[in-house]
Amino acid sequence: MCGIVGLFLKDKSLEPQLGALLSEMLVTMTDRGPDSAGIAIYGADQNDLVKLTIQSPEPETDFAGLTEDLRKAGIKNASILPKNTHAVITVSSDQIDATRSALEDLRPNVRVMGTGTAMEIYKEVGLPKDVLERFKISDMSGTHGIGHTRMATESAVTTLGAHPFSTGSDQCLVHNGSLSNHNNLRRELTREGIRLETQNDSEVAAAYLTGEMAKGKNLGEALTSALDDLDGFFTFVVGTKSGFGVVRDPIACKPAVMAETDAYVAFGSEYRALVNLPGIEDARVWEPEPATVYFWEH
Amino acid sequence: MPVFDLATTELRALNQALHALDKSGVPEDFEITNPRGAHAVAVGIDAPVNVTINGSVGYYCAGMNEQATVTVNGNAGPGVAENMMSGKVVIKGDASQYAGATAHGGLLVIEGNASSRCGISMKGVDIVVKGNIGHMSAFMAQSGNLVVLGDAGDALGDSLYEARLFVRGTVKSLGADCEKKEMRAEHIELLTRLLADAGITDVKPEEFTRYGSARTLYNFSVDNFDAY
Repeated sequence: MCGIVGLFLKDKSLEPQLGALLSEMLVTMTDRGPDSAGIAIYGADQNDLVKLTIQSPEPETDFAGLTEDLRKAGIKNASILPKNTHAVITVSSDQIDATRSALEDLRPNVRVMGTGTAMEIYKEVGLPKDVLERFKISDMSGTHGIGHTRMATESAVTTLGAHPFSTGSDQCLVHNGSLSNHNNLRRELTREGIRLETQNDSEVAAAYLTGEMAKGKNLGEALTSALDDLDGFFTFVVGTKSGFGVVRDPIACKPAVMAETDAYVAFGSEYRALVNLPGIEDARVWEPEPATVYFWEH
Repeated sequence: MPVFDLATTELRALNQALHALDKSGVPEDFEITNPRGAHAVAVGIDAPVNVTINGSVGYYCAGMNEQATVTVNGNAGPGVAENMMSGKVVIKGDASQYAGATAHGGLLVIEGNASSRCGISMKGVDIVVKGNIGHMSAFMAQSGNLVVLGDAGDALGDSLYEARLFVRGTVKSLGADCEKKEMRAEHIELLTRLLADAGITDVKPEEFTRYGSARTLYNFSVDNFDAY
């Protein structure tokens, strides 16, 4: 099954509530997938600074003294904000690659969950309410975000197998479904130089979109190509720095409901996920059509 | 009139109260408030009760219904009136996938649109959709009638048995072994009754096109031997 949610705010006054609204939506979807949960949130863009969300199975040891160790490795002015098993490292944008390789040397157990000027990503094994509580997601503000609660089918129940997947700067994807041509696509994407961390099918979808956008396509165009190139069942909700997109495969078995008001665009695997949103009673509510790309941009 | 507020009452209490009704009695009308997309609302009723649901429901609303009239003042999630035996289910908004799947009898009226697989494997139910229906509707439909005032999506009536399909608008594509058929007097009469039962007065039966099975998949054709 899996449950997916997304919220793209149009009304700035709702931004302080983004984390709380998304958390409530995701917790409602718990019975669609209790294995693991995750969320990606787009917050304020900071001039010339990039955020790396990292994760460690041993956060106390790995995050201790990390700023100092990075400084010694030549990464100046890195700041680190630990949050449970994750931490957000902020560095100047020209040091992103250097920071990644320094981390590989200094802290081999640390994984980079995602990078970007606006996006932070948090995911762990466990029930949505516990995962969201660990990272205090409901206190977070932002412009848009997506979330996922997983019932694993194609790969192991691990932190790295949880969604959202991020394979490009400020890009992330959540998936309900299963792909059947992911092994072949993974080989092709690897040959193109795109880095994949797991054996998970959904990560391949994320990497595919990253690859298409790297060729100059916008999010909507990349999602349109996905309809031709990805084989299998999927409902995807995708975030970029300023955009939010939804696409379902042509068979459209995996459920999806959308709602739009003047204040937001919302996505849920089921209507239940949307019932606590402000003004939902008067929202336009619809089921996204199969093989049809929907996307919004700030 | 029993009123169940699902914001404060367990769904199971509602369904148990509905199941406890006398099959042959004339029960009081039920009202359900705050369904908030809940699954399995008013399933398995077997009594001539009127149930009004104020709000949108999730999966399998009014599934397996016998005798009851269930009205949803909102949208319905996947599998509404699945395997209905008799009675009437009215959705004032839209219905999601596989509305009326496998239903044996009764009448399902969807006043908005129905999405994919509407009436899949239907076995005798009458379904009237005022809006459009999605792809793969009436797939392997065995008997009963599907009436669509709007348009139908791809692969209508694929691998159809003996269900009758009536579409007033366009059909994006027909599924395997489904074909356009002549509208005879008996079909006009049938449609007149179905439209009246669904409370539709402003549409004429002559505006519809009938589709049914070409019956070429019923028996093995020796010409297809090489495909096996």
